[in-house]
Amino acid sequence: MAKQLIKGNEAVVYGALLGGATHFFGYPITPASEIAHAAAEYFVSTGRCFLQAEDEVNAINMLYGAASAGGRVMTASSGPGIALMSEGLSYLAGAELPAVVVDVQRAGPGLGNIWPEQSDYNMVVKGGGHGNYRNIVLAPFSAQEMCDFAYRAFDLADRYRMTVFILADAYIGQIMEAVEVPTKVLHSPRKEWALYADRESRHNLITSILMNTELLYHHNKKLQEKYARLEQELVEWEEYETEDAEFLFVAYGISARISLSVVRELRRLNLKAGLLRPKTLYPFPGARIAALSRQVRQIAVVELSNGQMAADVELAAKRPVLKYNWMGGKVPSIQEVLELAKQDLKQNTTVRG
Amino acid sequence: MVKHAKPKTFYETFERRGPGEKNTTYCPGCGHGNAHKLIAEVIAELGIQDRVIFCSPVGCSVFAYYYFDTGNVQCSHGRAPAVATGLSRARDNAIVISYQGDGDLAGIGMGAIMHAANRGEHMAVFFINNAIYGMTGGQMAPTTLVGQKTTTTPFGRTPGREGFPIRMCELINELQAPVYIERVSLGDAARIMRAKRAVKQALLNQVHKKGFSFVELLSPCPINWKMTPIEARKWLIDTMEPLFPVKVFRNIEEPPVKYEPPKILSDAELVDLFAATTEIEIPVSVREVEDQYIKIAGFGGQGVMSAGVFLANCAIKEGFNATWLPSYGPEMRGGTANASVIISNNQIGTPLVSSPNVLIAMNAPSLDTFEDTIVPGGLVIVNSSLVSRKLRREDVQAIYAPVTEIAKDVGLIAAASVVALTLYACISGAVQIETIQKVIPLSLKKKALVEVNLKAVEAAVEYYQKNLKEALVFSNMQ
Repeated sequence: MAKQLIKGNEAVVYGALLGGATHFFGYPITPASEIAHAAAEYFVSTGRCFLQAEDEVNAINMLYGAASAGGRVMTASSGPGIALMSEGLSYLAGAELPAVVVDVQRAGPGLGNIWPEQSDYNMVVKGGGHGNYRNIVLAPFSAQEMCDFAYRAFDLADRYRMTVFILADAYIGQIMEAVEVPTKVLHSPRKEWALYADRESRHNLITSILMNTELLYHHNKKLQEKYARLEQELVEWEEYETEDAEFLFVAYGISARISLSVVRELRRLNLKAGLLRPKTLYPFPGARIAALSRQVRQIAVVELSNGQMAADVELAAKRPVLKYNWMGGKVPSIQEVLELAKQDLKQNTTVRG
Repeated sequence: MVKHAKPKTFYETFERRGPGEKNTTYCPGCGHGNAHKLIAEVIAELGIQDRVIFCSPVGCSVFAYYYFDTGNVQCSHGRAPAVATGLSRARDNAIVISYQGDGDLAGIGMGAIMHAANRGEHMAVFFINNAIYGMTGGQMAPTTLVGQKTTTTPFGRTPGREGFPIRMCELINELQAPVYIERVSLGDAARIMRAKRAVKQALLNQVHKKGFSFVELLSPCPINWKMTPIEARKWLIDTMEPLFPVKVFRNIEEPPVKYEPPKILSDAELVDLFAATTEIEIPVSVREVEDQYIKIAGFGGQGVMSAGVFLANCAIKEGFNATWLPSYGPEMRGGTANASVIISNNQIGTPLVSSPNVLIAMNAPSLDTFEDTIVPGGLVIVNSSLVSRKLRREDVQAIYAPVTEIAKDVGLIAAASVVALTLYACISGAVQIETIQKVIPLSLKKKALVEVNLKAVEAAVEYYQKNLKEALVFSNMQ
């Protein structure tokens, strides 16, 4: 199948529509706006629904409504918008509605700026809104994965009745690369719990309110059991040069691309570096990191944040790690990361940051 | 008179409330009971029970789904019109009801209701206005009257502090899309009968796909008003109605927007839409090229961004890996727009080019900005039409070519970037001229533009043969 040059933010829309997406509700924000632009074009021209909502708060509630009616629903935004959606995300989790949300991360806090950061990690990976809930979080590191993950996301969302996040960043959104587009359209089966405005579904109820503490306790327990199952069924990651690695990089998204370049440079210098990049951030490949932690001498987490994922890596590895953090929209060059790694290799440092 | 038989739209017993439960959660004298019954009766009369999806709000009617034997969705505070929007856009056949109180609709949900109304969403909204927050504990609502005492206005609502009560029908009547707006009262039996006609009209409008219909029901809340049910009905008529006039604000026969179901593409059509465009015959490259880290920079309008996309496109057509990334942040200074392009036989790591081995500088600021970043031995193509100076560096290969003039000569200054790319292709051999010629028609829609760009390629090749080829061979031999 031929490849075509597509921007990450467009590839995600191609993948979504082929993955069976029926509804896109969103509100523009840099650097995610191209997703809304592409959705406006392709959802409408294919007879699906695109609607620019008045704000993110209501956009996510439109997802709630259309998902209740059995639709395959999605939105896209960036940090400030995702924060506004937190309320709705919690309701989606409570009502166990499937939805797909793309977060093209920008720099914060506050209005911050529009350059890349990975500082929405805690908000997205840990849940974000109120209550004991999680989202499935996929971390694309190429335009191809923007397409592939969006394609899969709706099946995953339906299977687990959860929100699936595609946690990208400004660079993964902006990058243009060769993408191979799927050639089969996926569809949602009729959902026994959804509302189809017919007799068979009339007794269905979509709600997140359970006034009885006993019932809400059991609902919470059920959710936690589902999340535990996810950790058995869905963890995905990719490794590069880890077989004999003594220095392990852990990174996702644009940071993983940079780390991959750095690993190659280090290997050229005959230094045994490797990379593990989580493709799912929740569930997190903690067990694999723990295993590698026993093999490698040093672990460095390259991240465009204050070390939000590094905390999870430390927890999994059961030891402190080197934190190569950049913030404010600054993105390191290969050289900058390489210098840090060379220095830490030389001094055999295991903690930084 | 309102019939006393229970409409079949209600569940026989309210099992969601408790086993065998027959009572509602509403206080004696509350208007919700009346409003629920009117809606249930009309649903039964219209025979639409299976098609109804009822959005329960927050507040006292949060458990409306205990009672209504219809499809039910429970919504968060203020968002019911957004949820109803999603529902109605997902189910053409649904009769969507959004039932909201005054805090919900006119307070936290003001944005949601105004925009749903403005879009003319297909839904019937029943707005219960009792001028107070019920379930939360008798606090001030946006519709609380001036002087009215609530738990958050213990001295009475004061306009200087809390503003004036908001009249929703009047506000919504400013919008173009709604087809039906009426305010009714639940003050006495005659008024309740009038209210039922309004409920029926709003739901009939949904059956006929006419559009957004809004019914405000002035409703008593004896408990929080601290009145008996009888006093409350009297206060409703005597005090609330003068401020909130009971009337039809709008009832349009022909909806301003006709409903048209979308034409849904088949799977095959969808796959076709996203399939790669017409293939061109380019033998997949088996050539090994040195990794190309290219920076193309110039001022806005010189087409450097699209030139970068074009180059990446040529590269992937030849079977290479390629990435393109637009300029960002501090690199923007000096009035330059720039794109990073990487071409490689291998998987590409970071798409950022911080140390290019190729710089195409279309104007002077671009050269100033990036000259120091080029790796030793790198290639720099300078547009000498616009850059008068030479490079300060001596450890890079500099090519000076009047790119803009060459483009001007073929009749299109905007083709300058294509001239520069062609020169780059000639010098580096990273992509083939034949590929450029085949990709141009795929990238441009207008035939005239294709022709002039192909001419630009030809002119660039000619310039290369005449002025650069020998010199380069000579310098490479040295």
